[in-house]
Amino acid sequence: MLLPILRRLSEMLFVMFGISVVVFLIFFATPGADPSARIAGRNATPEVLAQVRHSFGFDQPMPVQYLKVMEKLFVSRDLTSFVNRGERVIPAVVEATPVTLSLVFGAAVIWVVFAIIMGMIAAATRGGIPDRLLMFLGLVGISMPVFWVGSVANLITQSRFHNTWLFHWVPGLGYTPLTQHPFLWFKGLVIPWVTLAILYIGLYGRVLRANLVEAYQEDFIRTARAKGLSESRIMLRHALRTSLITFVSMFGLDFGALVGGGALLTEVVFNLPGVGRLTYLALQSLDLPFIMATVMYSSFFVVVANAVVDIAYAWLDPRVRDAR
Amino acid sequence: MPADQIPNTAETLLDVQDLCVSFRSERGIIRILENVSFTVRAREILSIVGESGSGKSMTSLAVMRLITDPNAIITGSITYKGRDLLKLSPREMRDLRGREIAMIFQDPMTAMTPVYTIGWQIEEQLRAHQDLSRHAARARAVELLGEMGVPAPAKAATRYPHQLSGGLRQRAMIAMALSCNPSLLIADEPTTALDVTVQAQILELLQRLRTDFGSSVMLITHDMGVVATVSDRVMVMYSGIIAERGPKPDVLGQPTHPYTLGLLHSIPPMHGEKPHRLPSIPGSPPSPMGRPPGCPFQPRCEFRMDACATRPPLFRNGMQEASCWLADKGLPDWAHERAIRTTGEAA
Repeated sequence: MLLPILRRLSEMLFVMFGISVVVFLIFFATPGADPSARIAGRNATPEVLAQVRHSFGFDQPMPVQYLKVMEKLFVSRDLTSFVNRGERVIPAVVEATPVTLSLVFGAAVIWVVFAIIMGMIAAATRGGIPDRLLMFLGLVGISMPVFWVGSVANLITQSRFHNTWLFHWVPGLGYTPLTQHPFLWFKGLVIPWVTLAILYIGLYGRVLRANLVEAYQEDFIRTARAKGLSESRIMLRHALRTSLITFVSMFGLDFGALVGGGALLTEVVFNLPGVGRLTYLALQSLDLPFIMATVMYSSFFVVVANAVVDIAYAWLDPRVRDAR
Repeated sequence: MPADQIPNTAETLLDVQDLCVSFRSERGIIRILENVSFTVRAREILSIVGESGSGKSMTSLAVMRLITDPNAIITGSITYKGRDLLKLSPREMRDLRGREIAMIFQDPMTAMTPVYTIGWQIEEQLRAHQDLSRHAARARAVELLGEMGVPAPAKAATRYPHQLSGGLRQRAMIAMALSCNPSLLIADEPTTALDVTVQAQILELLQRLRTDFGSSVMLITHDMGVVATVSDRVMVMYSGIIAERGPKPDVLGQPTHPYTLGLLHSIPPMHGEKPHRLPSIPGSPPSPMGRPPGCPFQPRCEFRMDACATRPPLFRNGMQEASCWLADKGLPDWAHERAIRTTGEAA
């Protein structure tokens, strides 16, 4: 079991190396554009340009340039923003990470719990009223854009109904670190969590229902019935357990993408200073060092999530374990 | 008509009377099983033979009450140890399943949950019906695997289904089915997915069950070879009805239904000259929607006559019963009947 994990992790490092090369090439080796001009920004003086060119090593061959940029990103961590001169990119990303993690973790807990409940109820009553109602609600949840749901949630909880007993506890927009004030952290994130989770509850609930219905056609469910097991045990230990394999692989990818900045819209709507919002601001001002750092960060998270999914897959499915 | 009035002192374990299974569909009611009656006695092996679609698997699923389709209509009675299974509550039925009546299936690869070890799956059944600790259940599971002839049972118990060969998987499946000492084991084509040598071992195992475990076996198969090897009595089904039934030597030695005759003819002979082509029954069984009135076998029957337009009841000849008008007056003489028909056609 240990060896395959190590192998998978080394594969992951290899992929990360590949991504860093691709990102580097996009930003620094695009033909017809002088990267130092882009890094230095508009209206830069020739002196600034020359200085940038030298400090990034653009007067040197490509592999040296790559190493220099990587050194700035990972070793000296002194890549600075161009828009806010002197602001270091890496510490800003590191600072934003816990915000994104808090948002995505909480939302993930909510969507996993509710999607499993929804999928199981729908599968158990397949064809019946609860099934149809839940699947309809799921479709509604998938169809609503998250920025719109977020804005409506803000309208309701921050303004229209803020002074009622229902929403008076909701703090103003923004983020309080968990270490600083845990309860405020929690209160401030409840509405963003739910907003982000709605789409995924609908999606995962529907997928899980389909998987469960499929699992119920399997011979081993008939065997479980023939063994005299209770319906709830058949559902939980046999149908759900085998359906979880797809569920987990989907979850890993979505979770990785969200932590990697996919929760951008939610972060912007709720004014949470996470990585997504950082990317959003950098994109608005074309702050290239920032964009590069966040792109690397998010691609790394997706790669890590993929590796974790593969390992979880092997843990969940003994057939995969042996195939390695 | 009452089933099996053969005088026998052996107690009746399962008594199925007038079992009908049909399904509501858009095109009306589809009748799958029509008035099937039979009994299984203690410690006997009853084989149910027939082609695919003859209703043999449906019969076994009905006994286990495993037909979950909400459009199914099941009538008749299935009396097991004096209790009508069709009248039991789902809870009572669940309690009976796996403990009193157990079932094994054709393909042990798909019939076991792929994500659990076989030891875990046997434990699960044991603990569903008996108050056992995990430890005791595991010990019993290993013991059962050993009794089923699984080599190194303690190690095998920690294996996942896909890690075992087909034969071992089926042994594990049987071990699981027998874990709570059921009085009746329903085996639905237990050897179809296995190769011939393993098949023989599994059949031997099934035969041993009545002495070692005191269980009766209801063996569903399409293989006349299997029937000849293990059964005490045989029931031949065709298109949802009973074509013929009786003690194995009688049914196989002197069939009284042309369908049984056809089935026996399509087995390659052990001695003498090999036929160029094995004789087969022409045509294929009718779909449940397109069953002809009267005898369902008549479109394919070489002995068809006018009387076949009405459905024959089961006629008794000694210990044997067949639903064929030719069995009405004593054992039919097939060679004679065939001779009459060929001269009739020639004239």
